[in-house]
Amino acid sequence: MKIHEYQAKKILKKYGITIQDGVLVDSLGDVDAALDQIEKEFSSKQFVVKAQIHAGGRGLGGGVKFSPDRESAKKNAEAILGMTLKTHQTVPEGQLVRKLMITEAVDIAKEYYLAITLDRETGQNVIMASTEGGMEIEEVAEKNPEKILKTWIKPGIGIQAFQTRQIAFGLGLEGEQLKAASKLIAKLYKCFVETDASIVEVNPLVVTDQGGVLALDAKFNFDTNALYRQKEILELRDVYEEDPTEVEASKSNLNYIKLDGNVGCMVNGAGLAMGTMDIIKLKGGEPANFLDVGGGANVDTVKNGFKIILSDKNVKAVLINIFGGIVRCDRVANGIIEAVKELDLSVPVVVRLEGTNADVAKELLANSGVAIIAADSIEDAAEKVVAAATA
Amino acid sequence: MAILVNKDSKIIVQGITGTEGSFHAGQCLEYAGNVVGGVTPGKGGQTALDGKVPVFNTVQEARKEVGANVTLIFVPPPFAADAIMEAADAGIEVIVCITEGIPVDDMTKVFDFLKDKDSRLIGPNCPGLLTPDEAKVGIMPGFIAKKGRVGVISKSGTLTYEAVHQLVKEGLGQSTCVGIGGDPIIGTKMIDLLEMFENDSETDAIVMIGEIGGAMEIEAARYAKDHVTKPVIGFIAGQTAPPGRRMGHAGAIVSGADESAAAKMAIMRECGLHVVDSPAEIGKTVKAQLAVTA
Repeated sequence: MKIHEYQAKKILKKYGITIQDGVLVDSLGDVDAALDQIEKEFSSKQFVVKAQIHAGGRGLGGGVKFSPDRESAKKNAEAILGMTLKTHQTVPEGQLVRKLMITEAVDIAKEYYLAITLDRETGQNVIMASTEGGMEIEEVAEKNPEKILKTWIKPGIGIQAFQTRQIAFGLGLEGEQLKAASKLIAKLYKCFVETDASIVEVNPLVVTDQGGVLALDAKFNFDTNALYRQKEILELRDVYEEDPTEVEASKSNLNYIKLDGNVGCMVNGAGLAMGTMDIIKLKGGEPANFLDVGGGANVDTVKNGFKIILSDKNVKAVLINIFGGIVRCDRVANGIIEAVKELDLSVPVVVRLEGTNADVAKELLANSGVAIIAADSIEDAAEKVVAAATA
Repeated sequence: MAILVNKDSKIIVQGITGTEGSFHAGQCLEYAGNVVGGVTPGKGGQTALDGKVPVFNTVQEARKEVGANVTLIFVPPPFAADAIMEAADAGIEVIVCITEGIPVDDMTKVFDFLKDKDSRLIGPNCPGLLTPDEAKVGIMPGFIAKKGRVGVISKSGTLTYEAVHQLVKEGLGQSTCVGIGGDPIIGTKMIDLLEMFENDSETDAIVMIGEIGGAMEIEAARYAKDHVTKPVIGFIAGQTAPPGRRMGHAGAIVSGADESAAAKMAIMRECGLHVVDSPAEIGKTVKAQLAVTA
């Protein structure tokens, strides 16, 4: 689960990390008061207006503007609030900007990159730091991998002072900045663990002309498995940033991701769902979605699955591929029959059921009188659905 | 032989009195008869599965009383990490954790805890193990499999069933089927299982089913190049998955250049694995490769 910059900064502040501070604004009428507050509280006469959306690349997309005075801050706020911001991480149509963070301006002496995430290979958290701040870290990793310092942290024992010093010295810091950065790294690690984050990224971490060390931007992603014990984090969820169909699907315990093709698919299990998408493509079709109905496929999940798939108007045919282990195929068949009758489907539906009670299920479907196309293997199913979609 | 579990395994189920735990424990008992007990803290002294097996308060007790050496975990996510560590501490040899949704931070601790233990963890968030006719330790439907000489390693549940189904249709049985799980941290990786199957005299060929995300398949392929003499047939699910979108499994997300299906398949091919583009080709390809090596 992702959050906004202003929320991320609030969390960092709680952990005693110095941030580039500011005020959240969601209507233009509040801009003046926000600027007053920034002038007063942070003694800053210059400002930065920052669009609050989850996607990265906001600056390049025109969603972050330095404003040397109040007038330009107001103009920039007017331009950005309500704009549809397109970045390499948003959907192609872009994301509506509903909130701004107006911040103090900071005199940057040097920018650094700092992040913490899980290293799957070692099963340990890894701190990544680089002198190439403000850049896309993927680019640094590709061109100058030696410029990324990595420090692994032993679970249970946690981060040690020598490790924070190694990182800070490694970034070339000295004196007061070295001390400040070391402390900041330790605090950031504590924050990462205590909030069950899956990634925290401070890009850039800056050293100011005055010698301070602070977080100019911050991104978090949280481990969804741990949200049950992170009530405060869960409250930061912003559903406006998520695909409405995917949100709707998750309410029915369906895992749905919309894609660009015209062949809808409904499958049990993530791996088989991806495999089904792959074979649709190999047979000359384009999958319209990923949809995993999980281990509890029954009448309701099948019905909801159909509704969600068909809410995408590009869908020309639907493939249902269920391999029943715990899931009983006869129950799925009943779900399909009921859904097809009730929803008055206008697109062809190809059904492939295998595994537990598959024979009973096939009979149920054959005798139901509903118009479905039966298939007896994953290959047969893919060929039939692609033919149906292009017919 | 086979690997990890066989007819002599003494299986207990942690969480045996829960709905899922009792259902699947019953299925495993019915399949091969080697479920010897269960553990639910506070319910020691009772019996489960219609009085067929005893319930213990601790794994230690279960190990002592009924000689358990394999455990199957159905404990809910907040308590699952603890259950794994309890089993390892008690000296259980093979720990299979089915539980889905364990926080990653809990798993980093489990992973570290297991380092100086002799236990092998399979999973979490996996369908478990099946050695046809000998032992079912998990949720794979036993009836789809058949005893034979193909080892199956998979990150996915139902895609494993698909592969097993195709093998049986080609007249090929399995030595052991292993679902390793799709989480970011898992106890047993593909490379470990390649080694076990290579050393298993009852396995002639290996099916390895991976998916997008992580680097496990690449690590395994590089190992296979130098250390595995048996044919390895590979498939990577998610060729059509867009980068940056998590496809169901917590680990199934393309976040780096070499985590895409195309990149993994290319490296696997370079390492001499028989990689199929279509999930429908798994069974046929195994048969063809066995014919070549025979």
